[in-house]
Order: sequence, then structure tokens, then C-alpha cells
Amino acid sequence: MRPGLPLLAFLSVLAAAPALLPDFYITLLNYVGLYSIVALGLVLLTGVGGLTSFGQAAFVGLGAYATGYLTTAHAMSPWLALLVGLAVTAAVAVVLGFLTLRLSGHYLPLGTIAWGISLYYLFGNLEFLGGHAGLTGIPSLEFFGWKLDDGRSFYYLTWATLLGAVLATRNLLDSREGRAMRALKGGALMAEAMGVDTPRTKIVIFLIAALYACISGWLYAHLQRFVNPTPFGLHIGIEYLFMTVLGGAGHVWGALVGAGVITVLKQWLQDILPKIFGQSGNFEVIFFGVLLILVLQRARDGLWPWLKRLVPGRAARRVLPEADPLPRRSMPSAGTVLLEVKNARKQFGGLVANNDVSLNVIAGEVMALIGPNGAGKSTMFNCISGVDPVTRGEIHFLGQRIDDLESRQIARRGVNRTFQHVRLLPTMSVLENVALGAHLRGHKGVLPAAFHWERVEEARLLAEAKRQIDRVGLGDRLFDEAGSLPLGQQRLLEIARALAADPCLLLLDEPAAGLRYQEKQELAGLLRRLRGEGMGILLVEHDMDFVMGLADRVVVMEFGEKIAEGLPEVVQKDPVVLEAYLGGVEG
Amino acid sequence: MTEPILRVRDLCVSYGKVEALHHLDITVEPGQIVAVIGPNGAGKTTMLSAIMGLLPSSGEIEFQGELQRACEVEHLVAMGMTLVPEKRELFSEMSVEDNLLLGAFQRFHAGERDQGRTMDQVFATFPRLKERRAQLAGTLSGGERQMVAVGRALMAKPKLLMLDEPSLGLAPMVVREIFHIIAGLRGLGVAVLLVEQNARAALQISDHGCVLETGGVVLAGESRALANDPRVVQTYLGLGGARP
Amino acid sequence: MDLQIALLLGQDGVVNGAIYALLALALVLVYAVTRVIFIPQGEFVAYGALTLAAIQAGKTPGTLWLLLGAGVAVALVDAFVALRDSRPRRLARIALWNLALPLAVVGMARWLEPARLPLVAQVAFALAIVVPLGPMLYRLVYQPLAEASVLVLLIVSMAAHLALVGLGLFFFGAEGSRTPPFSDARIELGAVAVNGQTLWVLGASVVLIAALYRFFGRSLYGKALRATALNRVGARLMGISTTMAGKLSFTVAAGIGAFSGILIAPITTVYYDTGFLIGLKGFVAAIIAGLASYPAAAAGAILVGLLEAFSSFWASAFKEVIVFTLIIPVLLFRSLTSRHAEEEE
Repeated sequence: MRPGLPLLAFLSVLAAAPALLPDFYITLLNYVGLYSIVALGLVLLTGVGGLTSFGQAAFVGLGAYATGYLTTAHAMSPWLALLVGLAVTAAVAVVLGFLTLRLSGHYLPLGTIAWGISLYYLFGNLEFLGGHAGLTGIPSLEFFGWKLDDGRSFYYLTWATLLGAVLATRNLLDSREGRAMRALKGGALMAEAMGVDTPRTKIVIFLIAALYACISGWLYAHLQRFVNPTPFGLHIGIEYLFMTVLGGAGHVWGALVGAGVITVLKQWLQDILPKIFGQSGNFEVIFFGVLLILVLQRARDGLWPWLKRLVPGRAARRVLPEADPLPRRSMPSAGTVLLEVKNARKQFGGLVANNDVSLNVIAGEVMALIGPNGAGKSTMFNCISGVDPVTRGEIHFLGQRIDDLESRQIARRGVNRTFQHVRLLPTMSVLENVALGAHLRGHKGVLPAAFHWERVEEARLLAEAKRQIDRVGLGDRLFDEAGSLPLGQQRLLEIARALAADPCLLLLDEPAAGLRYQEKQELAGLLRRLRGEGMGILLVEHDMDFVMGLADRVVVMEFGEKIAEGLPEVVQKDPVVLEAYLGGVEG
Repeated sequence: MTEPILRVRDLCVSYGKVEALHHLDITVEPGQIVAVIGPNGAGKTTMLSAIMGLLPSSGEIEFQGELQRACEVEHLVAMGMTLVPEKRELFSEMSVEDNLLLGAFQRFHAGERDQGRTMDQVFATFPRLKERRAQLAGTLSGGERQMVAVGRALMAKPKLLMLDEPSLGLAPMVVREIFHIIAGLRGLGVAVLLVEQNARAALQISDHGCVLETGGVVLAGESRALANDPRVVQTYLGLGGARP
Repeated sequence: MDLQIALLLGQDGVVNGAIYALLALALVLVYAVTRVIFIPQGEFVAYGALTLAAIQAGKTPGTLWLLLGAGVAVALVDAFVALRDSRPRRLARIALWNLALPLAVVGMARWLEPARLPLVAQVAFALAIVVPLGPMLYRLVYQPLAEASVLVLLIVSMAAHLALVGLGLFFFGAEGSRTPPFSDARIELGAVAVNGQTLWVLGASVVLIAALYRFFGRSLYGKALRATALNRVGARLMGISTTMAGKLSFTVAAGIGAFSGILIAPITTVYYDTGFLIGLKGFVAAIIAGLASYPAAAAGAILVGLLEAFSSFWASAFKEVIVFTLIIPVLLFRSLTSRHAEEEE
């Protein structure tokens, strides 16, 4: 990607700063850089992942104390101490993440509050860490014989680290793993159905955020040359979060803006507020508190989007690179029983949504599941796809039992679905939404993504997504925001997303709702072709013309029970079915 | 001619960039039952939510001759509008009796203390609920839940009752019972705006009907006339090509 | 450790536990009704204690000016909304609650010389200053964000906490205060002397919990709060406004917080920032209860109190570390028993 003009200007100013500015500002910029690294981790965690942590200062402390202790008491090399610090941080983050991230979203922040307080008191009370007085005499860093022993020389290390982290974060977000991360906020259930291991993804972003904080702490210790517990307390942890939110939690550059504004403001407020209040104390917290409340009430996206409008931007017009097609799953031969539901029962409290329903789907057929609203069809879909497991009964796929599997495991076996109430990521492009469906067909992890070493695979995934988008007729909307499509086309997008997974069983929940006549014809044509390729399709639909013209077999449900099954033309004349559909007040 | 209890003009609702309702007009006269039918996704639930003030919308909503500027649910409830939503939205971990009592919350808040008598009337309408008064709402069957939902709405002594898919997921016997009760509300002077998938039943008990498709009214008129309109018969009263 | 010490520590633990229990109940209530994780609860504890201390010292508590300022702010915001929605009839009510009431409290502070009044009146006076800050805080900070995610509400709670701590420092200074006990009675119970304040704390906690139980079980307003917690949409359709439920739950929480502060002020020295840690221990108890069950929260609170008392004896430097590490096994248990994370909307 070519850097734009504003970015080049920003980098030149940064590079020239040490030659132009007095010491005071260099120190300030060093701190802005260190804080930005921490805030960047929080952008990933809070803005992207919809999670948050108040304990980042404690991770900074881990990095700082690890190197502080090892380089003074054991004369270890600072570079080795960095690795130790990262390892310790990773261990803590994984444990905390494992404990809290499977629970609903507020347990992580609450857990990190407890962790932040505990670690702060631990630092202050452990003899070998110097207690509240801290550790002194930490050596300065040396870089191939170049001693970084003053703020000016350290400045380049700080900012190179920060810019490196910014680049890696941006790369990561623009990748297969990055799409999974961006799906966490508001799309976790859908992402699971596409095969994303969401608990693991959450732990990964928490881990990255913690590691960034640890690196910042390591730099801090070697810049300051001494550490004590104060900068690692809970209130500083809260301040990091404030920086992130103020700058714009959803934007990588927002971290820099937020860290810059808060650091400079704090400096200024600490000078003038005690004079106004007539006593000493950190009164700037009042100001920050009120400021943040106003930001969250009035401009929840923070300062960055507003700043961005002031800077001329470039239109994002992308061309997809050429790529080989992805390998495909071998389809079971026509006639194989794909899905077998045996006496499935689903109960919500006293309400029986599915009562001992049995059905099967065979490779190369379209099976329609019909019935009045509230008959339990979508519930059945959720049971099959593992979104909401059955209370009783068995579900088999290709002979293997799947009713006790998580939905991502079911997706891995070759089942994919659309949702009755469309579930997509409205601010992501059509292309990215569909590429999420191909998640399981890529394998490159976070590290290759951060360095963009996975471009070949990525190109293949995007090419596959594009192929499926073309197939459902949305080829001209590739780079549009998914949320800007009309509802009918959003449904088509969901079909493309499911197809990108290369499933052998496709579950479609009301795919034709909201489509015009012509579009319905095209959709029916597509489903016939898929059937011809040997795919099995289970379809819930209300448009009877659509169903009857397409389905090979039909199952009719009413009040959670199967009331009829058979060929469309037979079912259509079944008196029980007619009663279910036409039964009026007088009967 | 008395003025209508509800008059909606030019109602528009958007979800983000997608328009769900455009320029919808609908009127309910006092004591009238108006049915709204249409396919899934036509915007029926959206329409009720917007009228009730649960969704931001543009357009004019006049209730009992008074223009509602800032539609607030609480204010509308206090004025006599109630909605029985598609999902019922019962307080599942509270007893049937508490659910009903809370239906009268707005009247209690305004100082009225005749909840006991209103509850007796509701029990007279739904004797089953009297038997189950101490049971938790979450343990009831689908039909009983719907009765609690309608009973709870009646506790507010509404002028206009809006029902979203009352027949949803109910057995024919229960549907019949519920529709019978809805038809009987006319006698109590309650106007009803009924959204229903079960077009036949809805048109049988209503005075006036309209058909909603992709966010707009495509057909409206006397229910009896609508029930015989070939377009309605074709799309909503038949099962594909097969007709009895 | 001998039995005597154990009993003393146990007494300490139960007393603190009772306070944590009260706070935990308020936290569970606020969370269930508004989805707000009420971090500023601790500031109400400190404000309650320090306001009473200032009154007893014959000083004008700074919280009085906060009450006046917050009242004016709420009145302005509400008046703006009322005029925008053309509902001018609401103005009188707005002025009564947000201007007249705080002014009346200020007037009483001027003319009644509360320092010379009996303790009961002083307590009532301190509550009259601090408790209305609860609903005002809800109006100014949380109501505009009523539809926001739990995460945003949590961050805003942290911001409100910081602002209130800073204001606490401004109002009361960095020195702590301790108020005289409610009674000097001492009762010999076998080997242990139980002092009067202990009994006051326990008695008041039990009475308050019983009152809350009755409120939620019997009164229609209590039921309305429960209904809002169970099903927000359902409650709104009954005309139970989210705003009213929010203000009511914040009033209850502020009352419990301020009263807890008043109860512990004779036992421990309260500083402007003491409330935060006390509130967080209430949180640990609430988390033990999964932010949902009231009895479990109360039991968790007693556990936290006892753990704290005994660890302060054995490893006083690590007291806070031990208490806050307690949530790890709790979280582990919750994590292992939940199938998979629910969808956050």
C-alpha cells in the first residue's frame, strides 16, 4: 500500500522533531509514544473486538518490572529480559482470558480491575522488587554499540516501535484473522457458524493487547532507568482506556491522537488546576472524567473520524489480484444421506418448539421445510447448525453425530447456513463479509498476517469470495458496505457467504423473502445448479410458488410437529396441510 | 362522524440505510377492528413498533385526535394505547398475577386503585388464567402465554389495542378462542389494530383490512370485500395453486 | 491464633461483610435494571461518611454545592427537552425536584445549624444531601446512553467514578475523617466483647435487606423494577419507563451507599478515595453471585469480609491481593459451567 501525503508529512515531522524541539517536548513525545503503544492494543481489544480491559497498566508494569529486576539483580541483557517479560505477560493474559472470555463481555474488564489492583499491591509489597520505593539503577539500552541513554536518542526507538506496531496492527486487521476479529463485535454468533473459534480469537486479541503493553513497559523502564508501582496502578489503567476512547477506539491512528491529547492536557491541567482549586491534588481526573462522559454521549467514535475529515483522503478503489482457485471439498455422491434428524425435541421453558421431529436430506436434492409462522422451522435450523442445541434427540451428518458439537465444528464438517434475520457486518464491505464464509479454507495465522506474509492465500480467499458474489448476482457491489444493500440483496450476500465455505449441505432460512420476481427466478436457477453439483439443500420458505417449483421433497411443520412429508404435489393436496394453512375462525 | 382513534399519515422508518416502511397511511375508527395482512418482512411489526414509539420514525401519528410529537411509549400507554408484541415479552420469572398487575402499572402510577376489579374482568375473560394466577409466566404453554399477554394489555384499560400476530405458534382451538375474544372487544369499546399472518381469520373478524407489501400499503378496504378480492385470495388465502 | 482473636477477626469480617452485602445488593439491582456496572457506588459511601463528618464538625459539606450544581444542570437539560417536545407543563415538576429541593436543603443547612441537632437528624440531613445525587447522576451521565452497550456504560462508569473522586478530594481534602459511634454500649458475649457499632451495622443491614425484600416482593414499584430487569421491552410496553426505573434504582443504590458510609464512619477512618476499594469488594461479592442473585451476593459478601479480616491478620500487606484474587476461582467456576459466550448486542 502506498502511504498517502498526510502520512508522509506526519512521518517527516516526526523524524525532524529531535533536531528542532527542546528537551521538554522530546520527553513529552517519548511518553506519547509509549502510551500510544498501550492504547493501540486497546484499539484492537475495545474498538475492534468489543472487549475491554482496565488492567493494561498492570501489563505495562509486568514488562517494566521484569526487565528492571532481571537487569539489576541478575545483570541479564535487557533484550533477554524483554523476552522473559513477554513470556510472563502472555502467561497471565492467557489465564485471565481463559477465565473471563467465555463469559459475557463485562467479566473481562471486571477481572482486569481485580488483576490491576492485586498486581499494584504486589509490586508495592514484594521485598525483592523494592517495595513502594521501587528499583533503581536500571541500565540504558544499547543498540549495536549505540547507547540510548537520553530522551533524544531513545525517541527514535520509541517511535519506530510504535509505527511498527501500527503497521502490524493494520496488516492484521486486513487479513483472514482480522476479519474474524472484526466479527466479534456484534457478529460472534454468525462468525461461529462460519467456523471462527470466537473464544480463541478473543484470547488472541487480549494477548496482543497485553504484549503491546508489556513492550511499552520495557521501553519505559529503560527510558526512566527506575521503576516504582505508581505508574502501574488501576487509575493509570483507566487512563489508557480513556486515551483509546477519546482518540477513537475503532481506529488505529486514534490511539496516537488519544494518547497525545491526554498526555498534553494532563501536563497542562496539572499546572493550572491546583492554582484554580487553591490546593494540590490530581484534579485533572475531574476534567478527564467529564470530558470522557461527554465524548461517549456526543461522539462515541472519538476524535479520529472528525480529524480524518479535515485531512484529504484517497478514495479506496481496490483491484483484486489474480489467484488460483481454492481446493474444493469432494462432494458425497448423489443419493448419500447427508443429514439425519432423529426425534429432535427443543424446549424453551414450558414451550415445546420442536416435538420429536425427524427428517433427512440427501445429497443432490432440495428439501423444503414449510409451515405457518411459529411452527418451529427456524428453531430446527438452529438445532441442526449447533447455534442452539437440541434438548433431546439425535442429529447425524454423514453418519456422524453432530448434535453435541459447537456450531464452528459443524461448519467444519461441511454444513453452512443463512439466517432468517440477516446477520452480517454492516460496516464491512460485501467482499469481506463473504470472505468470512471462506474462513475455514485458509490456514495462515496471526503472525504471518501481521507481516502480510499470507498474501497468496488471502488473494485466493478473496478471489473465491468474489466468485460466489458474482454467482448470486452482486458482482457490482463488491466494495460497498454490506449494510447499504436492500434487504433482499443482503439475503443473497448471506447465500454467497455460505457458498464460500464450500459446503455439502446448505441450510437456507427464507432466502427469497424481499426479492423481486426476476431475482427469485435467478435464485431458483442458482439453487438448481447447486443441486446439480451434488449439494444438499434444506430450505425454509414462505413463497409457495418458489418452494413448489423447486423442492424435490417437502416436510410440513405445525406447532413444533411434523404433520406431513412427501412430494410437493402430494403434500399440497393433503387435507391436514390445507387445514394448517387455511384453518380460519369457523374452521 | 366521530374522529378516528388512530390516524397515521406518511409514516416512514429506516434501519440504517435500508428503508423498511415508506409513506404508510392507516386509520382506525373507534370500536373498529382493522386487520393488516402481508408476507413476512413486509414491515408489519415495524409499523406497530413505530406507532408505539419503540422505533424512531417520521410522519404524523394522531392518537385520539391529538398529534403525538415526541412519541414516548410511556406517554402513549398512559393515553390508552397498548401493544401485545409478537414475542409476548412476558415477565417470565414472575407470577401470572404479577404480570397482570404490572399491566396496570401506568394507571397505578397515575393514582388509580381499581386494579382488583380490572383483574376480575380479565379473569372473567380468561378463566384459565385465574387457575394459574400463582404460576410463573415462563412455565405456561404457548396459548396461556398469549392469554397473559392480552390480559396484561387489557389491565391498562386501553382505547386502542394493537396485536402483533396473536395466532403465532398456537393450535387452531386456541387461535379460535383468542380470535373470539378479540372480536368481543368491540363490545367493550376497544378499537383493535390487528397484524396477522393468518389472513383468513383476520379478515373474518375485522371490519376493515389492508395489505402491506415491502413497506407500503398495496390494497385496503372493507374486510369482506378484501376476502373476496382475487389478488388477496391468490396470494394470502390460497396455498400456491391448490385451493379447496 | 487463639479463639479470642479468631472471634474478634470473625466479628470484624461479619461487620465488613454486612456492608459489602448491602453494596453488592445495590450493585446487582442497578446492573439488572439499567445494565450499568455502578463503579461510582464507592463514592457514595465516601460522600455519605464525609458529609456526616463535616456536618458534625460544623462545616458546610462540599457535597451541598454539588447537589445544587447537579440540580441546576438537570433542570437545564430537562427544561430544554420539555420545551423541545412542547410539554411546558413539565417545567414546574422539574423545578420542584431539581431546584426547590436542593435549595431547601441548603436553607436548612443555613438556619438549622445541624451540628447541634441529634444524631438521627444529622444522618437524615447527610442522606438528604447525598441521596438525590444518585438520580441526578443517572439523568446527566447514564440516561443519554440508555441504549448503549454494557461496555460503553462500564467505561462511562469509570469516568464518572474518576470525576467524583476528584470532586471528593476538592470537597473534603486529603485528610480522612472518623465520626463518633452511634452508641458506646459494649456487650460481653462469652469470650468476646461486642461493641455497639457492630450491632448497629448488623442490625441496620438486616433491617435494610428486609425492607428491600419487601419492596421488591410487595410494592408495585418494586415489581416494576424487577420487571424492567427481566424484560425491558415488556416493561416499557406497560408504561414503566426506562428512565423512571433507572432513577429509582440509582436512588436506592445511592441511599444504600451513603448509609453504608455513615455506618462504617465510626469504625474506620474514611478518606475521599476510600469508597472505591470498599465498593469494589462489594463487586467481588456481586461477581460471586454472577451479578444476578441477591442471596448469593449477600453470602459472597460475608465471605469476602471474613477473608479480608483473616488475611489482614496473617498477611496484612497482601490483604487486597488475596481478596481480589478470590474472584479467580469464582470466574473459573463460572467459565467452566457456561456452555459458550452469549451474543452481545
